[in-house]
Amino acid sequence: MPASAIADGLRRIGGGTRRAVARLGFAARFAVAVVLHSPEGLRRLRLTLREIYFAGVLSLVIILVSGLFVGMVLALQGYDVLQRYGASESLGVMVALSLLRELGPVVAGLLFASRAGSAITAEIGLMKATEQLSAMEMMAVDPLARVVAPRFWGGVISMPLLAALFSTLGVYGAYLVGVKLIGLDAGAFWGNMQAGVDFREDVVNGIIKSFVFGVIVSLIAVFEGYDAKPTAEGVSTATTRTVVGSSLTILAADFVLTVFMFRGVGA
Amino acid sequence: MIALAPLASPTLDRTASIAVELDDVTFGYDRARPVLSGITMSIPRGQVVAIMGGSGCGKTTILRLIGGQLRPQTGRVLVGGRSVPDLDREALYAMRREIGMLFQFGALFTDMTVFENVAFPLREHTELSEDLIRDLVLMKLNGVGLRGSAGLKPSELSGGMARRVALARAIALDPMLVLYDEPFAGLDPISLGVVGQLIRQLNDALGITSVVVTHDVYESLKIVDYLYFVSGGRIVAQGTPDEVRASRDPFVRQFVDGEADGPVPFHVKSASLAEEFALDAR
Repeated sequence: MPASAIADGLRRIGGGTRRAVARLGFAARFAVAVVLHSPEGLRRLRLTLREIYFAGVLSLVIILVSGLFVGMVLALQGYDVLQRYGASESLGVMVALSLLRELGPVVAGLLFASRAGSAITAEIGLMKATEQLSAMEMMAVDPLARVVAPRFWGGVISMPLLAALFSTLGVYGAYLVGVKLIGLDAGAFWGNMQAGVDFREDVVNGIIKSFVFGVIVSLIAVFEGYDAKPTAEGVSTATTRTVVGSSLTILAADFVLTVFMFRGVGA
Repeated sequence: MIALAPLASPTLDRTASIAVELDDVTFGYDRARPVLSGITMSIPRGQVVAIMGGSGCGKTTILRLIGGQLRPQTGRVLVGGRSVPDLDREALYAMRREIGMLFQFGALFTDMTVFENVAFPLREHTELSEDLIRDLVLMKLNGVGLRGSAGLKPSELSGGMARRVALARAIALDPMLVLYDEPFAGLDPISLGVVGQLIRQLNDALGITSVVVTHDVYESLKIVDYLYFVSGGRIVAQGTPDEVRASRDPFVRQFVDGEADGPVPFHVKSASLAEEFALDAR
């Protein structure tokens, strides 16, 4: 391989790395700016409530239906395995722990990124492409406080609530399959669940996870929208980046959080 | 149209004889490729001044420098006697409350109605009661002939109507200066005439100063007091409409007469035909 081709390759890698680091730095500064502008944005609560409606309430259908089916499938699969070892009465606790610790926050986070994160990015990106953000700046209104902060906090507040509803519907789906369809004893189903689920260890940790995922999705969504190229292609690329970036970051963050939260699991 | 006292507390000198001044301004996104070089212009209070030139010549950049969205690399930009690049964020935002801007396609907020769009700056910057805001918004909309469209969404408006709503929004706070970015782009002849007349009438009735960036020669010559021609980031000609009509300057003639070739060449810079098609080798 000629030396010039190697030099070109190295230059490309160096340039790509430099751009990636610069973008990461910009994202970090953007995150700080969003937090600093939050009090200004949150003062007008109506704006944040509107975003909770768009990000949270309008995501309810996909979250509730998915939660119900995930719970029902978990119950079917779980019963199949547990009954081989004569532990089918542990179905309730198995489903509840799976949902509260992992599936609730993670699957709700992935669905939230696809449903609400992409919409937030597309909306902010299109506002940028149609000069609405510039118009706001020229009217002496800071888009970070008026547009970005309410959407960020709308997402952060909605996400734990959606994850809780996902888990609740999942548990109910498991009850329908385990108790109503298969015929397990309802008392054993609920009693074992109550005995096996620890509020601090399982419920609170699940809520913390979903809050962290809410911050991740909302921040990536508003950043990608704000940083989108003001063209149709730019907005489309930004939307895709939000879904892919949020999903991968959620999965990576879930692993890290699980390591810290459930250290007793491997012992 | 009733002229009102400014709704935001004024920070600019509204009595200065020169509303906007650019002095030897140079700007580029990088040092190697300047977008504007040595731009000097002086816009007197109460006048409608057009900045004309082909697409990509740097006209809109001049507006962004005046509005403080960009900072010049060298030179001075003064609005109402204040140096725009030297303003901190708070002072810049205070200045912008006294500047209206109409964007190329209106830039109306698509999630709001026409009424809410015009009410937006009033709600953001004043403590007026809803009743008073309602009256002010309807007066502004009446001024642009769209009081009957207050309840419509921007998606329900034609291009010309959207531009008029944006104009009503731009003058909502009774600014001292209004910047127009391509106000005539993509309009039918009737809408174009309406928007042109509105720019002139609002300027005179409200006692404001208007800077119109456009490439529409005929409409501009009808309504403006003075024109600057920009090409390649430099001012290449200037004058009153009568001076422009009588001008023999090659650039002005090419622009006014719409000639394909001239000081602005038809062909973009490229290799010679002989090189491109390897004619020497044949």
